[in-house]
Order: sequence, then structure tokens, then C-alpha cells
Amino acid sequence: MLLRHTTKEIKERNALTINPAKTCQPIGAMYAALGIHNCLPHSHGSQGCCSYHRSTLTRHYKEPIMAGTSSFTEGSSVFGGQANLLQAINNMFTIYDPDIIAIHTTCLSETIGDDIVQITKKASDEDMIPLGKHVIHCNTPSYVGSHVTGYANMVKGIVKYFAENSGEKSKRINIISGWVEPSDMREIKRMSKEMGVDIILLPDTSDVLDAPQTGKHAFYPKGGTTVTDLIAAGNSKHTIALGEWATKEAAIALENKCKVPFALSELPIGLRATDRFVQALAKFGGVKVADTINDERGRLLDVITDMHQYLYGKRVALWGDPDHLIPLSEFLIDLDMKPVYIVSGTPGKDFEPRIRKALGDRADETRFKYGAQADMYLMHQWIKEEPVDLLIGNTYGKYISRDENIPFVRMGFPILDRIGHSYFPFVGYLGAIRLLEKSSGCSWTSRMRSARKRPLNW
Amino acid sequence: MDILKERGNQVVTKGLDEHELACDKASLAGSVSQRACVFCGSRVVLYPIADALHLIHGPIGCAAYTWDIRGSLSSGPQIHRLSFSTDLQEKQVVFGGEKTLKSALIELIDQYQPKAAFVYSTCIVGLIGDDVEAVCRNVSKEKGIDIIPVQAPGFAGSKKDGYKVACDALMKLIGTMGTNETIPESINIIGDFNLAGELYLLVDYYKKMGVKIVATITGDGRVDDIRQAHKAALNIVQCSGSMSNLARQMEAKYHIPFLRVSYFGIEDMSEALYEVARYFNSKSMMDKAIALVRQEVGDLIPKLAFYKNALTGKKAAIYVGGAFKAISLIKALRMIGVQTVVVGSQTGNKDDYKIMQDISDEGTILVDDTNPLELTQFVKAKKADILIGGVKERPIAYKLGIGFCDHNHERKLALAGYEGMLNFAREVYATAMSPVFQFTKTDH
Repeated sequence: MLLRHTTKEIKERNALTINPAKTCQPIGAMYAALGIHNCLPHSHGSQGCCSYHRSTLTRHYKEPIMAGTSSFTEGSSVFGGQANLLQAINNMFTIYDPDIIAIHTTCLSETIGDDIVQITKKASDEDMIPLGKHVIHCNTPSYVGSHVTGYANMVKGIVKYFAENSGEKSKRINIISGWVEPSDMREIKRMSKEMGVDIILLPDTSDVLDAPQTGKHAFYPKGGTTVTDLIAAGNSKHTIALGEWATKEAAIALENKCKVPFALSELPIGLRATDRFVQALAKFGGVKVADTINDERGRLLDVITDMHQYLYGKRVALWGDPDHLIPLSEFLIDLDMKPVYIVSGTPGKDFEPRIRKALGDRADETRFKYGAQADMYLMHQWIKEEPVDLLIGNTYGKYISRDENIPFVRMGFPILDRIGHSYFPFVGYLGAIRLLEKSSGCSWTSRMRSARKRPLNW
Repeated sequence: MDILKERGNQVVTKGLDEHELACDKASLAGSVSQRACVFCGSRVVLYPIADALHLIHGPIGCAAYTWDIRGSLSSGPQIHRLSFSTDLQEKQVVFGGEKTLKSALIELIDQYQPKAAFVYSTCIVGLIGDDVEAVCRNVSKEKGIDIIPVQAPGFAGSKKDGYKVACDALMKLIGTMGTNETIPESINIIGDFNLAGELYLLVDYYKKMGVKIVATITGDGRVDDIRQAHKAALNIVQCSGSMSNLARQMEAKYHIPFLRVSYFGIEDMSEALYEVARYFNSKSMMDKAIALVRQEVGDLIPKLAFYKNALTGKKAAIYVGGAFKAISLIKALRMIGVQTVVVGSQTGNKDDYKIMQDISDEGTILVDDTNPLELTQFVKAKKADILIGGVKERPIAYKLGIGFCDHNHERKLALAGYEGMLNFAREVYATAMSPVFQFTKTDH
């Protein structure tokens, strides 16, 4: 009973976060940069930041994560990190030979006020950046936003740096992916191909963070959006941005820079959000919805039909990133389940109207909180007040699941104690079936186990 | 081999190179170093104290990434496995975070009624000018519990410097309870963090010998025990990198001598028991230790024979946090027929590296603060069959098509003590002999 210290009575907290439902910006920037081909992310700050991000990503993906650090010292914190960053750029191009170095800042380098643009220019002036190679950056102070906005900032940085409008429009469609798994990105590519739409997906961590075992350690695995495609994104006829928090800024930047219009959509999680994604693909790609895709939808509906009597009225608690929680809540409503508690540490005032819209006329039955003090401790207190039948969220739900004996589906970031997320998607119609499979599977197992102990509502 | 020029003297091949292995150097900027920061060092050392609060003053990341990061178990309270943060926002960075810190501390203490609290200052706290000491002092007065500031800005050195910060914080607790009378034949167990319950094994061994245990620092630690740690007759220090400093400070202030030990492998484990008996000059203790070792080793050797038989001729690469652990691992591997061909650490010191070099075989590559590119080359060049390391090294080994044994944060299996030696042999066997590697092509 690890969480036995949790009290049922909820006291107002103004300053304290307990068991966060978010982490800091730089890790998102690192993840996004890994979705670019031959790119080495670089953390401009203390050594620990980079080490923590690499460890967490490694534990989540079970893959080697390569990234450099400026290794700040006392000196750099007083005199600025320019010398360290210049040395780092030089060393990385010399030893690790990336095509791109993607720098993100940290709380430290932001607070001391390092100007990355100026330092990069100096590196360029001093011939530290080999011909045809690139240094890009984004600002990710850890005291702003969350891991999600860090991802958004890097994606925006990538678009701003590379996309070019040559004046010749192509027939391609850009899809800017929100923070999802390599499996999800692979699924988005598969569905687009199935529909006959030629897309540029950015970023794209498939074939980077789900790399096959070959007996070789590829410092830069074969996947990732290529520089050619990143440049070409400026000529595409349209952009579909999947997830407001993670992709809106990049979509706007691309429109401003290259006049590529965009449609903002949810991540295709669940039935209706996938419908909207498929319709957007059809509309902007100028194609009809493929029969095979319609069949996938039909299979999802078939599974829901088979399951609906089991799903009715089940109370669900979910936490994680807004871009996941919004379509997921909508899907749970479509399944006739009750998403009763929702928590996201990520700030953003759009959350309330968006989640209310997703929940429809059931919105008043749901308790939700986002931003400051929206944490897993609050979630546990709510559950102690009135329990739920299912938990959906990242690894850190395991304590509540254990202590309260509640079935738990792991979804989101990070997942440190299960495998599968790299290989099996949660997006698309197939992803929705997977969510159903997971939820029902763990719930039935749990019902079986506790049949003789206490009745669960499954 | 491609080694960053500036790192040349941090790599030594025994028998080939003349120079000493350089250490205690700051990592080169741009190097994909496996090292962490000062905060990380202080956090991993202090957090196993299970009835204290550990509040991290800074942006959310530092608290999020260290939430229940090691499998440090507690036989009682579990507050240490939760994550507490002031989650600093831009507003506080501009106007200061003292108010937030004060409110957070009070909210926490009201909620949990802890025995003591540690407040960790991360990178930007000093820069924004927060007087953390003053806040801690004031809230301490108000709430009547000890609140100990841990000044651990990430940039102020490496993980090793964080250990020192943690030791300083512990010194503030030690000696604040009980009399100054020394308890005869008593020890503090310092530098075991109770990963996977390892400490329980050690406590059991020492108790069987008739040794009294005053405090365990910090595995399964309790504030009141640590307060009274000055009453111990002897300090037993493992994981020299992190905790020798504490032992030295206790020696200077309380005249408690210390012994450096290791609990990995049969030889070192047994020596850790004998040394205590020898120190107390107690025949009864020594007899019990001999009986215990005889019993344990007698049980163990026949069980190990199977693994040794299968593993003889295999080669290992070791890359772990501290060099003292690496030394024990070399010996433990030898016991099961495995030769160490590459060995290194993130934070080893000169003395440890000297010992490491002495006990290594000719041709072994020794390395300080390596990075994945180097490590990959060393492993390939020396044709290692397994790598022993931590979280970030595991997938590199697997990608190379060789085995891996976790000797760090993530493991759930006790590797210390006699029982641990058997677990270790089993782990090494399971990975070195796994059928999966017959399907993978290794390129060496």
C-alpha cells in the first residue's frame, strides 16, 4: 500500500505538486528531434538534464537514445554557455557526424539568457558547421508549459528552419504528428498509403525508436523525416495538424512561412476522431475513402457492438496529455462509458472548452483539472472518494491500480513497465480496437482474480 | 579507435599504455556522456530515507525524472517513493520562488507529518536568488521539525559532487538525538540503498554475528536512527564513491572509524563480515561469521558450479557508476568463469582506478566517463559476450547482439550477499546463453 499516505479529504494546495501528471519541456524537444533523419538532439544545459531525458526515453522505448549535452559548469552558469555550446557543436560534428544538430534549451540556459541564434551564427562564422549540415534550435525553458509544449516548440523550430516554398505546389499533404508512439506514426503512414494520399509526416520516429535488431548499433537508425521532405513540406498543398497542443504552432508557422494552409484536427484516437482524420485525408488528398479503410471502421464497430453491454456505465479515470485525453474522452462516451476523472499537468486554457465539447451533454458528470496541481495525488483523492472501474494513463497509475485494485491500461508517456506501445498503435480504427482489447482484457482478468474477494463492477 | 582527442588519457589498455587512468575531469561538451548531475547524486543518496519528505525546489522535470527512480525498498513508511515539487513557473523565475517554497513545505508537512524534510535546490534556484536556507529555517521553527536544505544545482560538478552534498546534509541530522555514549559492538551500514531488498540480507548476516545495527544509511533509512548514528562503534561503508565522505566526516567529528567493504561476490561479502569481527576483536563474532560463511558458501558453491561450467570462457564488459562496484564485479565474474575485458565507471577516483588496474588482466581496456560510441567500439574490439551496466547501456548491448546484466537503478533482483551472488550468476547465464543471440548477427 504505497499510497496509504493519500488522504481522502482534499485540502486546497497552492504551491505543492505531488506525483506530477507531466514533465518538463526539454524531453519533448528531444523526442521530436529524434523523428528527424540523421539528427542528433542537443541539450544546452547541465549534464543531468540530458541524462534524465535519455534514461526516461530509453526506459520507455527500450532503444538507445543518443543526445549531446553542453555539460554546464559553475563557470558557464556565471559567464554564459557560449563556450560550451561552440565546443559541443564542434565536437559533435567531428565525432558523431550528424546531418542536423537540434539544440533545445533548459531552465538553466534560459535563466542565464544564452542567445542560441547568436551562438549558432558564431559557430557558422567560425566554420564549425560543415557544408550541407544544419544546426537548428528551439527554446524550452523547463518552467514553462510541459513536455508536450517542448515537443511543439521543436516541431515548430524544425518547420521554421527547413520548409521552403519554391513556388511550385506539389500534390503532397503534410501531416504534422502530435506526440504519439512510433507505432502510431507508422499507422498514420499506412492509413494514408491505403487511401492513396502522398504524405510528408513530420516528425516521424518510426524506424528510429522501434529499430530492428541487426547486430549493429546504428547511431542514426534509418527512419526519421528527411531534410528533403522537410524542405518540400513548404510546397505541399495542405497540412493536417494532429493535436492542438503539440502541432498547432508548427502548422501556423508553416502557413506563415510558406503559405501552406492547414486544418487542425485531433489525434485519430477512437471512432469519431479517426473518422475526422480519414475525412480530412480524403478531402485534402482529393481521394475517396478506401474500401479497406471502411472495412477497418466496420470491424471496429463490430467489436463495439459485441462489447457494448459490458462497457455500459463503466467509470473511467484518465490522465496524460490534452491531445490524447480529448479524443479519448470522446471515444469513451461513444462506448457508453463514463470518463469521470480527467487530469493533465499540461497547461492551456483551451483544455476546458475542448474537453467539455468532447464530453458533450455528459460534461457535468466529469471532474477534470489541468495545469498547476493537476496531479496524480489529486486523481487518487478523487478515486478514494468514489472509485472507478478502469484507469487509462501512463506508468504512474500503477500505484493507484495496485492500492485500489483497479484494472489499468497503460497509454501515454512514459510507459516504463510494459512493452508493446512501440509496436501496436492506439490511433486509427485498429488502434481503437486495441484499446478495447486492452481494457476488456485487463478488466476481465481482474474480475476473475477478485471474484472471491470482493465484487468489482466488471 | 575513434576517441575524442581530449579524452585520450581517460582510456587505458592494461599492459599496452603507460599512463594512469585520468579521472575527476568534467565531461567534454558535446560528448554523449552517460553521466548525470549534482542534483541526481544528492537525490539518489538521500531519497531512501523513508520517513522523511523530499521536496524538490525547481521546475517539474527534476522531480518527475527521479520519482521512484530506484528500487529502494522500505520495510515501513513509503513517503520517499512519492514525488514532491514546487513546479516553478515563469512567474517565480522572475519574482523569486521563496513564497512558493514556503507554502509547499507547509502544505506538505501538514499533509504527511514527517520526521524531517529535505529541500533540494536545483539549477536555477540559486540564480533566481532564493534564500532556501532562510525559508527552511523559518518553516522549521514554525513546524518544529528539521528541514535540511540540500544545495544541489546540477551544474556545480558531476553526480559525485552531489554525493558530497548529500553527505553534508546527513551530517546535519547525525548527532541530534540520544546521548554521546557509544554502543559497544555496533555499526552503521553506510552506502547500501536497499535495492531489491538487499539491505535486509546484510542486516540479517550482521545480526547473526551478534553485531548491533544503529542506523542504515540510507537504505531503509529512518530519520531517528540517523540522528543517533553517532553512537555506533564502527562505520561499514559500501559504494565508496558516494559515502566515504560521510564516513570521513563522522570519523573527524565523532571519532568513529570506518571500514570500506563491498557486498558483491563471495570473496568481498565474506571479507565484509570477517573485517567487522576482526575489528571488534571478538572470537564469538568471528566464530559465528565463519559458521555463517561456511553454511552460505557451502550451499552456494554447488549451485554456482552449473553456471561456472557453462560460462567459462565468456567475456564481459563493465560500465557502471562507481569504480568500487566495478572492482567487485570483476571478482564476482571471475568466480563464475567470466573474464572482464572492458571495465569503466562514470565517477571513479584515482585510488579505485589503481586497484581496478591492478586486478585486471593484461589487455583489459579501462575507461573513465565513456560514451556510447566508444563503448560500442571497445565491446566489439574485445569481443565481449555481455555488458554489465545501467539503463542507458542496456539497449546498446542488445543492438550489438550481446547479453546485458543490469547492475543499476532498474533491477528488481537482489545481487548483494550470497543469495545475490546466485542471482547474479543466474542473470549472467540467462543473458550470455540466451537462444535469442543465435538469431542475431553480431558484427564482431
